[in-house]
Amino acid sequence: MPAKPNPRVGLFVTCLVDAIRPGIGFAAIQLLEEAGCRVEVPQAQTCCGQPALNSGDDKDAADLARRTIAAFEGHDYVVLPSGSCAGTMVHAYPELLAGDPEWAARARDFAARTHEITSFLVDVMGYRPQGRRLDATATYHDSCAGLRELGIAAQPRALLASVEGLEMRGLEGNDVCCGFGGTFCVKYSSISNAIVTEKAEAVERTGADLLLSGDLGCLMNMAGKLHRRGAKTRCFHTIEVVAGRAGGPAIGEEG
Amino acid sequence: MNAPQQGFKERADAELKNAVLKIAIDRTTGNAERKRAVAVAAFPEFQAARARGRAIKDHVIAHLDHYLEMFERNATAAGATVHWASDDAEARAIITRICLEADAKLVTRAKSMLGEEIGLPHALADAGIERVETDLAEHIIQLAGERPSHIVWPAMHRTREQVAILFKEAHHPPPAADDPATMVQSARRELRAKFLGADVGISGANFLVADTGATCTVTNEGNAELTTTPPRIHIVTAGIEKLVPSTAHAFALLRLLVRSATGGEMTQYTTFHCGPKRPGDADGPEEMHIVLVDNGRTRMLADEFRPMLRCIRCGACMNHCVVYRQIGGHAYGGTYPGPMGAVLTPVLDGLAQSRDLPHACTMNGRCAEVCPVEIPLPTLLRAWRTRSWRERLEPRSVRAALGLWAMVARRPWLYRLGSRIGVRALRLFGRRGWIGSLPLAGGWTAYRDLPRPSGRTFMEQYRAGQAGWAGQTGREARK
Repeated sequence: MPAKPNPRVGLFVTCLVDAIRPGIGFAAIQLLEEAGCRVEVPQAQTCCGQPALNSGDDKDAADLARRTIAAFEGHDYVVLPSGSCAGTMVHAYPELLAGDPEWAARARDFAARTHEITSFLVDVMGYRPQGRRLDATATYHDSCAGLRELGIAAQPRALLASVEGLEMRGLEGNDVCCGFGGTFCVKYSSISNAIVTEKAEAVERTGADLLLSGDLGCLMNMAGKLHRRGAKTRCFHTIEVVAGRAGGPAIGEEG
Repeated sequence: MNAPQQGFKERADAELKNAVLKIAIDRTTGNAERKRAVAVAAFPEFQAARARGRAIKDHVIAHLDHYLEMFERNATAAGATVHWASDDAEARAIITRICLEADAKLVTRAKSMLGEEIGLPHALADAGIERVETDLAEHIIQLAGERPSHIVWPAMHRTREQVAILFKEAHHPPPAADDPATMVQSARRELRAKFLGADVGISGANFLVADTGATCTVTNEGNAELTTTPPRIHIVTAGIEKLVPSTAHAFALLRLLVRSATGGEMTQYTTFHCGPKRPGDADGPEEMHIVLVDNGRTRMLADEFRPMLRCIRCGACMNHCVVYRQIGGHAYGGTYPGPMGAVLTPVLDGLAQSRDLPHACTMNGRCAEVCPVEIPLPTLLRAWRTRSWRERLEPRSVRAALGLWAMVARRPWLYRLGSRIGVRALRLFGRRGWIGSLPLAGGWTAYRDLPRPSGRTFMEQYRAGQAGWAGQTGREARK
């Protein structure tokens, strides 16, 4: 779908990026601006509601969906640096609000305007980074919600392929869940640990300098496990590398 | 029926410590995953076949009454007796009555998950009838006094090394060697006399064919044929969702079932049983009874779990499930493990007994991706979570925490304030970028470190830099 010239984009920062790693949000703004977007960060946004949704609390999830939709009413596009939150907005919002005559159509319209950032940059804006260089080896984990709910697989790889000097290495089980699963990782922590241990082992076997992925939740899980195991792998969100920010501290490093 | 004593988490933790179990799971599910991938890649029409499979099941489910009556009519015309069981207790009663009226001493049984679901093994023991499991894996399970841990490979939790030890103790004479071929020969010898001496043979059904009244079993061992042919009486137990309109439809689903389960193109043995022995037949049972079991299925017809009635029991969802592959099947505590079991067990055992199952899932969607009849398993698991929340089965602490969070998340100013305080408080616990231990977050920090927040939220930094915004992004970019 061709984009309007200079579309007005509302950035949904996501709660984890807001609290834990603001640099991902700034990388998003940078890339969107490079792609020719006018970026705004609506101040009425909070959380997409996924914690409520995944806990079965549909009422609170629907309430947060309405508030998020209202916060992004005037934007041509809503863009997020997370496949998981984007999946919630694209698929769950219309379902949660299907029975609400006032909101059902608005939820569908909102879902149609919402995109995860790497797919937005590639598929909608036709963007590729120019003049980025990073001499490193990296491996990529496909976060599940982005992969299966939104079909994100080729887009981040296309962006990363435009970074000169970056050598990508295949990850065994790249499309297998890392064991994060939102509240799953604390509710069933021992099972989550067993899953992320296998993921960390696979990442270590690649021997890559960097582990890249598109969701901060999964990244925190994998980075936290790799660090606990004493691995030297440095973890970044895909768009941090694409924006030329991998020279700064990786997840868990102090700048 | 099969409700275990411990809770899910305790069972899962015990299984996580079992290193041999992990080896066994990885061997079987790893093989299954690889072989399925190859089989699907070699079958270009797989997506179309999947859509057709789903359509066949949906059609039957939508007209279940029509096809049930058609099946009963045709099975009866072929000489079988059709029985209706509304629940597990009724099914057990019907089957034990048939066995007792026939004065049966020895019953052979071909693998059937429905038999497990209705508690048939126990019921036969209680009635004083000797039961011999004829499927190789079920034979192992019976010798070990266990329950199936997988719907296709019931003994997948045991390594062949463990089975060798088991056979050495239980087989008379013990197998001469530990290689699989010798062990299989030993099991054949052990079972052969039982096959020929049984009074009743009990099988399940992979399909019930409405327009012929036949039941269909598929195996790779041929044990179903030896279970259903020599005894005087053949009893079939089947869930009512096993119906298909015709034999052609059974084959359409079989193409999906075999590839999804084992990666094969066809099962070694595919047998249609249509009524008892007829005049002039060389062999076959004198009586054939078909017990059609509801046990919660018509209830599913009417609610959001209806798509689960499409399930053809291939096991692909569990083979591809990260949780199943860590904890195995027994930890689930129900008859059916894995993603499909996490949807079905609350139907069969009640949600209050099994509320952990739909929650113990990362929602990664791989199960739905491989399901040959496109069952939206994560959506159904989420539906159970919604029910669990509505019925107030969630722990009070979870409800309270989520309630507080939702209250804050509805108020952007309060949310901003909370985040600002939160990230500063978090910094107090870490050093050099990482937090190794955090009160109230032990579930995280017991196993992994938590990245220490940088100190100011995105929103703080964004608002501070908004006046000279272009400069800020430029500076950030050059970092």
